[in-house]
Amino acid sequence: MKRLFFLILSFTFISLNLLAQQAVDSEVAMADQMREDGKIWVVVGVIALIFAGIITYLVRLDSKLTKVEKELNIK
Amino acid sequence: MKKAWWKVLTVVILAYVIFQGLLGTIPRQPILNETIRNLYFHVTMWFAMITLLLVSMIFAVRYLRSDNVIDDDKSAAFAKVGIMFGILGCLTGSLWANYTWGGFWPNDPKLNSAAVGMLIYFAYLLLRSSFEDEQRRARISAVYNIFAFFIFMPLIFVLPRLTDSLHPGNGGNPGFSSIDLDGRMRMVFYPAVIGWILLGTWISSISYRLKVIQRTQEERVAESAVGHRAEVNG
Repeated sequence: MKRLFFLILSFTFISLNLLAQQAVDSEVAMADQMREDGKIWVVVGVIALIFAGIITYLVRLDSKLTKVEKELNIK
Repeated sequence: MKKAWWKVLTVVILAYVIFQGLLGTIPRQPILNETIRNLYFHVTMWFAMITLLLVSMIFAVRYLRSDNVIDDDKSAAFAKVGIMFGILGCLTGSLWANYTWGGFWPNDPKLNSAAVGMLIYFAYLLLRSSFEDEQRRARISAVYNIFAFFIFMPLIFVLPRLTDSLHPGNGGNPGFSSIDLDGRMRMVFYPAVIGWILLGTWISSISYRLKVIQRTQEERVAESAVGHRAEVNG
C-alpha cells in the first residue's frame, strides 16, 4: 500500500512538471502538433502499459523465486 | 520479494525516464528532431551493458580467487543480461541510424567495433555451453570473460575515437553536451543510466537465483539417492 502511494505520488510529480510546458515557435519541425492534439499521450500510455506489464512479470517471478528459496532454505 | 527497496527505486526511476523522456523539453536540432530522445533509451542501453559486463568480469575474478561456484553463477547471469542489453543497443541504434544517418548499418567504426565485441561475447556463451564439467566450465569461462572485457573496452571506446565516426564525441565530432546547454537532458539521462543498470541487475539476480535453486534441488536429489542406496545395502 505504501509502495503504491509512493508510485502515485511520483507520477503526479512528473505530470505536474509536464503541464508547465509551452509550445515554442521555431523553424525546426517538432511534434508540437501531436502534443496539442494530446495524442502523444497515447504513445506514452502504451509504453507505460508495456513497462508496467514487464515490471509486474518481474515482480511475480521474483516473489515465486523467494517462495521456492524459502522452501529449500536458501538464504 | 527479497530486499525490495532498490527494485521500487528501479520502477520509479524508469517511470520518470519514460514520462520525462517522451514529454520533456529538448533542444531543437535539424535532422535529429525528436529522435534526440533516443539518448535516454539507446545510449543508456550501452551504459547498462558496459556496467553489467564490468560486474560480470569482477565476479569472474572473484570466482578465480574463491572457487565459489555461486560467483560463477553471478558472473554468467550478469554477462547474459549484459549481452541482451548489447543486442538491444545494436537494434535500437540501427533503427535510429536509418532515420538520421541514412542507413541501417552505415560503416561506422563504432558500429563495427560493437559488432565485433558482441561476437566476442557470443563466443563466451558458446564456450560456457560446451563444457559438461561444472568446475572446468566455470574456470575457463572466467578467464575468457576477463579477456573479453578488456578487448571489448578499447574496441568501443578507444578505436572509434582514433578515426572518423558518426557518433557524437568521436573522431572530432562534438558530443551531446554541446547541444544540451541548459542541462535539461542530463536531468533525464543520468537517472536513465541508473534506472536501466538497476533493471539489468534485477533481471540478473532473478537469473542466478534460479540457478542456485536448480543446483540445490539437484544436490537434494543426489543426496536422497545416496541415502536410499545406503538403506538398501545396509
